[in-house]
Amino acid sequence: MIQTIAFYLFAVMVIASAALTITARNPVHSVLWLILAFFNAAGLMLLVGAEFIAMLLVIVYVGAVAVLFLFVVMMLDIDFAELRAGLSRYLPFGVAIAAALLAEIVIAAGVWEAGPVQLAGRTAVTPSPDQVPNIEALGTLLYTRYLFVFEGAGLVLLVAMIGAIVLTHRARGGVRRQNIMRQSMRRAEDATRMTNPTVGQGVEL
Amino acid sequence: MIGLQHFLVVSAILFVMGVLGIFLNRKNVIIILMAIELILLSVNINLVAFSAYLHDLVGQIFAMFVLTVAAGEAAIGLAILVIYFRGRGTIAVDDINRMKG
Amino acid sequence: MIQLLVFLPLFAAAVAGLGNRMIGNTAAKLVTTGALFASCAIAWPIFIGFLTGTNHAYVAPVLTFIHSGDLQVDWALRVDALTAVMLVVVTSVSALVHLYSWGYMGEDPDQPRFFAYLSLFTFAMLMLVTADSLVQMFFGWEGVGLASYLLIGFWYQKPSAGAAAIKAFVVNRVGDFGFSLGIFGTFLVFGTTSIPAILHAAPGMAGSTIGFLGYRVDTMTLLCLLLFIGAMGKSAQLGLHTWLPDAMEGPTPVSALIHAATMVTAGVFMVCRLSPMFETSHVALEVVTVIGALTCFFAATVGTTQTDIKRVIAYSTCSQLGYMFFAAGSGAFGAAMFHLFTHAFFKALLFLSAGSVIHSMHHEQDMRFYGGLRKHIPLTFWVMIAGTLAITGVGVAGVFGFAGFYSKDAIIEAAYATGTQVGGFAWFMGVFAAGLTSFYSWRLIFLTFFGEPRWAASEHIQHAMHDHGHGHDDHGHDDHHAPDETAGHEPRPEGRSINEIAHGTLGYHPHAAPWVMKLPLLVLAVGAVFAGWAFAHYFLEAEFWQGAVAYSAELHEKAEHLPTLLGLAPTIVMLIGLAIAYWGYIVDTTIPDRFARTFRGLYVFLLKKWYFDELYDFLFVRPAFAIGRFLWKQGDEGTIDRFGPDGISKLMVVGNRFMARAQSGYVYSYALVMLLGLAGLATWAVTR
Repeated sequence: MIQTIAFYLFAVMVIASAALTITARNPVHSVLWLILAFFNAAGLMLLVGAEFIAMLLVIVYVGAVAVLFLFVVMMLDIDFAELRAGLSRYLPFGVAIAAALLAEIVIAAGVWEAGPVQLAGRTAVTPSPDQVPNIEALGTLLYTRYLFVFEGAGLVLLVAMIGAIVLTHRARGGVRRQNIMRQSMRRAEDATRMTNPTVGQGVEL
Repeated sequence: MIGLQHFLVVSAILFVMGVLGIFLNRKNVIIILMAIELILLSVNINLVAFSAYLHDLVGQIFAMFVLTVAAGEAAIGLAILVIYFRGRGTIAVDDINRMKG
Repeated sequence: MIQLLVFLPLFAAAVAGLGNRMIGNTAAKLVTTGALFASCAIAWPIFIGFLTGTNHAYVAPVLTFIHSGDLQVDWALRVDALTAVMLVVVTSVSALVHLYSWGYMGEDPDQPRFFAYLSLFTFAMLMLVTADSLVQMFFGWEGVGLASYLLIGFWYQKPSAGAAAIKAFVVNRVGDFGFSLGIFGTFLVFGTTSIPAILHAAPGMAGSTIGFLGYRVDTMTLLCLLLFIGAMGKSAQLGLHTWLPDAMEGPTPVSALIHAATMVTAGVFMVCRLSPMFETSHVALEVVTVIGALTCFFAATVGTTQTDIKRVIAYSTCSQLGYMFFAAGSGAFGAAMFHLFTHAFFKALLFLSAGSVIHSMHHEQDMRFYGGLRKHIPLTFWVMIAGTLAITGVGVAGVFGFAGFYSKDAIIEAAYATGTQVGGFAWFMGVFAAGLTSFYSWRLIFLTFFGEPRWAASEHIQHAMHDHGHGHDDHGHDDHHAPDETAGHEPRPEGRSINEIAHGTLGYHPHAAPWVMKLPLLVLAVGAVFAGWAFAHYFLEAEFWQGAVAYSAELHEKAEHLPTLLGLAPTIVMLIGLAIAYWGYIVDTTIPDRFARTFRGLYVFLLKKWYFDELYDFLFVRPAFAIGRFLWKQGDEGTIDRFGPDGISKLMVVGNRFMARAQSGYVYSYALVMLLGLAGLATWAVTR
């Protein structure tokens, strides 16, 4: 019972958030609606028992990706006055196509439900949650069968990091940096000198 | 009773919304990136739902990798956006026609 | 020996033609002329052998050619009396023309090419006359047509020469089409192209019928008429004659060799060679007679009005060919060949002496600018008198006559002796034309050699005087003079008459010809004077021929015993013609103009050659050009090019412009397209 209510609550919220994300005028509002959508999606996942993924969603997506979005939105100094309102001229057409797409997906799902589509043999049977916790089950699978893929994912992240840095890096002029070698080679006798200026006269530096 | 099809429908609707968001907005490019995140989210929901109802853990593992890639892709996409903004001064979608043939 | 005779000119032509500038003018001239004189030296003994009766017909094989089923054709050289006559004619005239060209073409820059073409022509003509099969004859036929084209258009920088060459070739082609149809038909009927076999089997086919274009026609008539169409084209008979006057664009030696003595006589030769075939079809013979008579008459009438010296002689040739044909049509093949023989001599003589006159007058060809030349070029004058006496047929029966006297009178008498309506018509035409022949021939003589000098008004002479100052003793002709026989155009009816042309010499003194030009003239003059008297007996009797041409003894008998007045008719009209010419061009020179003005319509009609050229232009040339233009513009450009290269390239441009619009650069439209693709893919996946 409570499952049903929870499901419908989360579902409605996620759909509404998604709709508002793409239609909000202010991009900051869009990001916030997106965060809400993520939260609700995490809730949905919790419902089916994939708590690790749900938490991951919250931590990574909301905590990192959405915040990054927010950073960029703030940084880009968008002039709101210039934002064009009004519907895209493709709106009716696009909505029609999207509706058709949606219908097809639903039909496809129905077909799957209706027909005896035989899936291949289960590759990794989920142990029941009371026997093994979700995280432990995932870990067991991840570090044995899917080790290479895991490492590959790490590499992907590394490349993304390097790529982001390389793309946005620009050499700024006028930046004062330390030159360690020069600092180390400094000798005391070169650093200071004694002068005895007369009163009223300046010092030649 | 909540069955698999409920989750699938939700996922489908999210997916379509993401797709709509890509080309319907004329305001700025960040919305496009966010719409892409929505698409990936819908795919994740789909994968997790299947994993739960078929008792197959692979779905969740795959969802994890999708998450990873989505994060990486968001980072790079935003980096590109930043650079584009530096050069163009605007991120209105209508003004992006540098690939004109 | 006969092989040597035939192939020496070919060898010489190859040497001169391929060597060209490498071997130089003198070597080319020596090789070709030497080869021709050698061939001539071989030909005369053969001919004399036939005259004395010691030689008999034989065939000298050369090479196998086609052996394919029923078609067996070999290269072989047939020598009989008919061939022997043609051999001496061709080789003698050709050798003399080669020698003459040393002087006439002396300053031309392209001499090796010219001599090579002359020898090539001679070779082709020899192949034609020694042909043992119709295929070989056709080879020779085409070969002389080719050589004629090359030689008429020798000065190819002149557009009129090129046009005349094309005209000659195309009109010949029409005739050749008929000829080849005749050959095909002959092969179909007789199963062979070998001439002896055909002639042997010909009488057997008389009276049979064959299907042609849906009708049933007499076989031999059809074959003979088709073959005769070829003869009409080659020998410039009425209908296919239009090329001959324009062929005067070529150098004068060419006109003498090809368009007087040899190529144009190939048609007569062919008819005589195939005389047993023609004898089987009365209809064909009548057609030949009528066409020959009409041609004879037509050309003579036109020749009376021409002012270009070469054109007068050209029309004279056309007229004399008409004589030969109606002689053949009347059954007197021997007389036809006799006239061919004598005509070769005096016509070549007339052309070469005309060339000498033209040479002396610095390439001026219009007779209205001549006058009084007998004092300046006496030798040319006397040989031309000899030639004119020959062509007009001056002589006294039983005593002596110039060459034309015997042959022409034989023809006219034979025509009458046939006793048919057609023969009578031919007789009348022949006599009338004889009068006209006499008139225009003497008119030519009087205009050219008598009277007061009128060349002061000539552009060529003025040109000469400007270039070379006073007197004309040096032969420093510029190269651009060579292609300069441009005066050969028809005068407009409004052109000046001789009375209106200023008299005077402008100080120009016509120089005599060099000896290389005089010698051939003398040799030919001897032939023109004596050939008739010496050979009449042989040609007109059966014994010499040994069956080479069909011979009708009864025709011969009847011709011998005609009423005297009828026999004298040609002589009478000849004298009348001479008298009229004398009266009009010596006594009272205003008469021709008054005549032309009074009978203006007739004069213009004759001057415009009976409007044949205009008629052909309207009927054939313009429609041909229109069809060509249509096929070019609508067919080639409009259809093939439009759907081919042009169309494809335009399609590319249009397609590109269309496709380029898809590359707008706007990201959102790209995204839309992606969405469309995705939707399509999903639809496909769902509906599969």
